[in-house]
Amino acid sequence: MTAKYQDGVSNWEAEFRAQVPDAKPVYNRSGIEIKPLYTPLDWDSSQYAENLSYPGTFPYTRGVYASMHRGRAWTQRQLIGLGTPADYNDRVRRLLAAGATAISLLPCNSGFRGLDCDGVDAVLLGTCGTVINTVGHMERALAGVPIESISTAMNDPTPFTLLAFLLCTARRRGIPWTRVTGTSNQSDYISHFVANHMFYRLDLPGARRVLLDQIEFCRAHVPNWNPVSVVGQHMQQAGATPAETMGLTLSTAIQYAEDCIGRGMNVDEVLRRFTFFFDISISFFEEVAKFRAGRRIWARITKERLGAQNSSSWRFKFHGQTSGVDLTVQQPLNNIARVSTQAIAGILSGLQSMHTDAFDEAVSCPTERTALIAVATQNILREEARLCDVIDPLAGSYYVESLTDQMEEKILAIIEKIQAAGGMYEAARRGLVQSMIGASAIAHQQRIDRGEQKIVGVNAYAVDEPEDTTGATERPDLTAMKRLIAEFVAYKAARSTRQVNQAIDNLRRAAANTGSNIFEQVIAAAEAGVTHGEIVGALRQELGFGHPLVVA
Amino acid sequence: MSIVAGRILVTKIGLDGHDRGSRIVATYLRDAGMEVIYTPPWQSIDAVVRTAIEEDVDVVGISSLATDHLIVPQLMQALRTAGLEHVGVVVGGIVPADERDNLYKAGVRQIFGPGALREAIVSAMQRLVEEAQAARRLQSAPPRDADSSAK
Repeated sequence: MTAKYQDGVSNWEAEFRAQVPDAKPVYNRSGIEIKPLYTPLDWDSSQYAENLSYPGTFPYTRGVYASMHRGRAWTQRQLIGLGTPADYNDRVRRLLAAGATAISLLPCNSGFRGLDCDGVDAVLLGTCGTVINTVGHMERALAGVPIESISTAMNDPTPFTLLAFLLCTARRRGIPWTRVTGTSNQSDYISHFVANHMFYRLDLPGARRVLLDQIEFCRAHVPNWNPVSVVGQHMQQAGATPAETMGLTLSTAIQYAEDCIGRGMNVDEVLRRFTFFFDISISFFEEVAKFRAGRRIWARITKERLGAQNSSSWRFKFHGQTSGVDLTVQQPLNNIARVSTQAIAGILSGLQSMHTDAFDEAVSCPTERTALIAVATQNILREEARLCDVIDPLAGSYYVESLTDQMEEKILAIIEKIQAAGGMYEAARRGLVQSMIGASAIAHQQRIDRGEQKIVGVNAYAVDEPEDTTGATERPDLTAMKRLIAEFVAYKAARSTRQVNQAIDNLRRAAANTGSNIFEQVIAAAEAGVTHGEIVGALRQELGFGHPLVVA
Repeated sequence: MSIVAGRILVTKIGLDGHDRGSRIVATYLRDAGMEVIYTPPWQSIDAVVRTAIEEDVDVVGISSLATDHLIVPQLMQALRTAGLEHVGVVVGGIVPADERDNLYKAGVRQIFGPGALREAIVSAMQRLVEEAQAARRLQSAPPRDADSSAK
């Protein structure tokens, strides 16, 4: 076959060189050289059955389900969270009315830090997420939201207080936990440790244990909940290249799977509930190749290395979020074009659910108007552009297949490097991953500084624009926030001290005793009226504070 | 570009932990010959003041991604109270246009948003280092009268 095309390709190349004698080599973000043309010489289609096969068939390169978006479109899951529980409730109900088919809940940064609202400067509360400190707050936030029929993603790191509040809310509404569906989509403590320090509350060994406890608990009691979402997004946002991101994320997933196996859990029971969460950058074809290669590698790892026998363990199911890093403050409306491009890459990659950024996300949390444009973008791509019509439509492109193979090679090399360092937990603990991400962030920035990577409105095509094009920044109503704090303080004072102390005591005892399940006690504490900050505080006393490791 | 040695504290206050920006800026400044004191995120305002004193810095750079700039005015107050008026404060990251005035009024010398160019950041820092060092010389110099009588 090679001979058949060799002459034609050589002739083309000679002509190309003659026309563009000074053509500079082009590289994608992962460092792969991108040729001007791909031909049958670049992709061996005779390996179709082994390397691509069909959607829903091993190794799932073309998609994890036979029907993919033709059967059911991706889930539109917008990340939301702001203000008080009542503010959140308002926003979520309007988004559902506008077509969102699943919800998410992003807690306030104070929550990320393990603090309650009465321990933080009120001006910082609710600016980037919702204040949820008690079961009562969760009930208010989800009033009128049918949690028995809609999936909820909780941006909820260890020790999973939001999930505990959600389960208590379900119980109070008489909804069995078997009907609660959704994802703990910030359960990946390693990604927080290496990439953004954002959700990192407990020391590494403690975080590791609580995650395993939560996985074990959900397996037994909340079987339709996905307790693990392995997050590549943080690492790519922090600067990792797309190939590094996939390699590091799969290394993390291997770590969690092996930790579960080490606990004696059944690998298939665990893996069927693994999900992934990725950034979709504007490097269009690179992203498509990243996801296609990721699916193939994960299928092989789970089957061959982890010994999973059930096909649902082999499926790489992922949520994609359009990358905020690519957005610009300059000419912010241009971001709608960027988000659309990223979203198309994600859709053509066969994602299972998606968040599209609002165009103002480079300056602030989205306003209601801009959040609706982000949802509409998904609707337009699905309904008007009809991107759901064909499954894996880029397959068979010489370029896409060749790039998928090359990305696979790069990703596998990173996985190997991490394994050589003793696995992801060790590599993270020692700062190896942080150095890798930091070096790539600097390299990318240098390409921008040198003008090799152009960004419209920043280092190219800059225009004079009026100072403020986004209007007044919406901040939570400080009066309402102060009222929430006052109510919270009154709530705490009115609780039964004996009951609260007993629950905290049980929590600490569970943490001190490796035979106990910590998450079970987190739920019991939530039920007894213990607050988020109190739960995290009690666990920190036993398991240690999550100090960030700074590699600069 | 002249090279001015200076001591810069690059830090994050408040609740957010994202540090891509602060790491890049720290690299820029080190490459330009400045001495960078780099801290973990989530510093309290008191901790920043303490570090600024202990490390004898010329400039404090606050990196903010997720609304922590809202407490920068409190930092400015704390620095003044500690007698660090000569230390220049720069904020980098995401500060919405309508919230910038409030920071400038509080005494912030410069705000760099996303897309700020390396040269602009480095030269502004060098200028602030020079100003801080000049202010410090002025503070520690003997009174003018004593100075002239010595000649």
